[in-house]
Amino acid sequence: MEPGDRSEEPAVSLSQSKALVPLLLLFGLGVLGILATLLDGHSFVPPEGAAANRAYGPADFPEVFDKDDALTGLEEARAAGLAIPVPGPPLTEGLYPCSACHADMPTNPVRRVVDAHGDIVLHHDEENRWCLDCHDAKNRDRLRLASGALIEFTESYKLCGQCHGTQYRDWKSGIHGKRTGYWNGAKRYLLCVHCHSPHSPAFKAMKPLPPPLRPQYLADQGGSHEQ
Amino acid sequence: MNSDRSRRDFLVGATAAAAGMLAACSPAARERFFRRHFQELTPSEIDARMRRLKEDYDRQLGRPTTVSARAALPNTVYGYALDLSRCIGCRTCVYACVKENNQSRDPQIHWIRVLEMKKEKGIDFEGANPYYDPATVPDPDHFYLPVACQQCRNPPCVSVCPVGATWQEPDGIVAIDYDWCIGCRCCMAACPYGARHFNWGEPSLPAKEANTNMHVLGNRPRPRGVVEKCTFCVQRVREGRYPACVEACPVGARKFGNLLDRESEISKILREKRVFVLKAELKTEPKFYYFYSL
Repeated sequence: MEPGDRSEEPAVSLSQSKALVPLLLLFGLGVLGILATLLDGHSFVPPEGAAANRAYGPADFPEVFDKDDALTGLEEARAAGLAIPVPGPPLTEGLYPCSACHADMPTNPVRRVVDAHGDIVLHHDEENRWCLDCHDAKNRDRLRLASGALIEFTESYKLCGQCHGTQYRDWKSGIHGKRTGYWNGAKRYLLCVHCHSPHSPAFKAMKPLPPPLRPQYLADQGGSHEQ
Repeated sequence: MNSDRSRRDFLVGATAAAAGMLAACSPAARERFFRRHFQELTPSEIDARMRRLKEDYDRQLGRPTTVSARAALPNTVYGYALDLSRCIGCRTCVYACVKENNQSRDPQIHWIRVLEMKKEKGIDFEGANPYYDPATVPDPDHFYLPVACQQCRNPPCVSVCPVGATWQEPDGIVAIDYDWCIGCRCCMAACPYGARHFNWGEPSLPAKEANTNMHVLGNRPRPRGVVEKCTFCVQRVREGRYPACVEACPVGARKFGNLLDRESEISKILREKRVFVLKAELKTEPKFYYFYSL
């Protein structure tokens, strides 16, 4: 370039740069828009070394995978001759039979919030229901159907089925609830109350097990594609 | 004349040397060298191969194993149904499957992939996220769609395999002969569900974590360079048991049974619920159904 040309440069570039400002702004906005579209709805890759980049296995979760109880209770339930082979209900240790305490206590049939069992918070249509809708007032070791019939705790599904008819029907045919054992033979059913707390039946949210490793963190085995 | 004779001498000598070397090999090595396709083996040959596999795995894992080649049960076609109203995306099935089926821990292979999808978008594979990791599941704005092998009645993976290393068993399970797979991964390209996984690296399976109840077409440890996938837990279901994921699911969303038995859970679901299959338009005709119970 000739040295003489320089003297004219500032004047030219100044007038041009003024015209460029809106163009540059437009360009910048466009880039931002594209970036926003690219990132929208996609979670960021965790940073190098983050826990999510580790290859977890079932051995990392012994509390979930060390127990193998799929077949326990299967033979016992069959031997007990129950109409539906279910293991016993998950009664709180030391509380059953209820009559051990309630036999000597007067019954107060007035509907109210009861705090005698401090750990029980009724969250199951509590506006319309209370203890003695399901527990029998006279015989505390039995449950009470709407008809007044008394049933054992081992048949509590009959009680639940009074309201939850579709679930009861599905459960009886194996569609609702968990079955373990043999698909072509003895199956272990579970009572409603094995999974749903009768006093607060909605499932609690839980921590998911770790996600799969993203391909870029898969172990380098030093194969032919090693870099 | 002289040159002809020397060539013949060479060929005779080389053949004799090769035969001698083969004769000197162990029977196991000979069997591996002259290996034939699993479906061509006679019952006694299958027994012999199972014995050799057992010896190999006993040595490899340092404890007694069983390697079964139990054939399909008569009058049985397996079907699977998954209740999308119930699945909470906890991934318990994913790791139960890894434990049961001896997948490589690192490099990591998962046969089940749980896809997180936006409720407002419905089933949208493009927008699905398999890497979700919130503090708790289920997320109120998302639902979860676990995907593994759909055990198609018309499996594209089987059609494309150039060596016939994968086929459909009489009970409908799409099986893989790990000894016959050449690792070309055509089946992975053909599978519309991403259900097949390749052992890029040497699989790692800690001996103390291994499941020693194995099936030759199922969960026996795989070598490097072969493709693997869900087999409906062939080692369990041919013994009458439920697949491991069915028994692991904490919400009872997974259902399994014999499609030919009208009283089975799966048949009742097909009759009583509105089920659907993934990518039905591809005419792969999966035996893995999804339904909403709510």
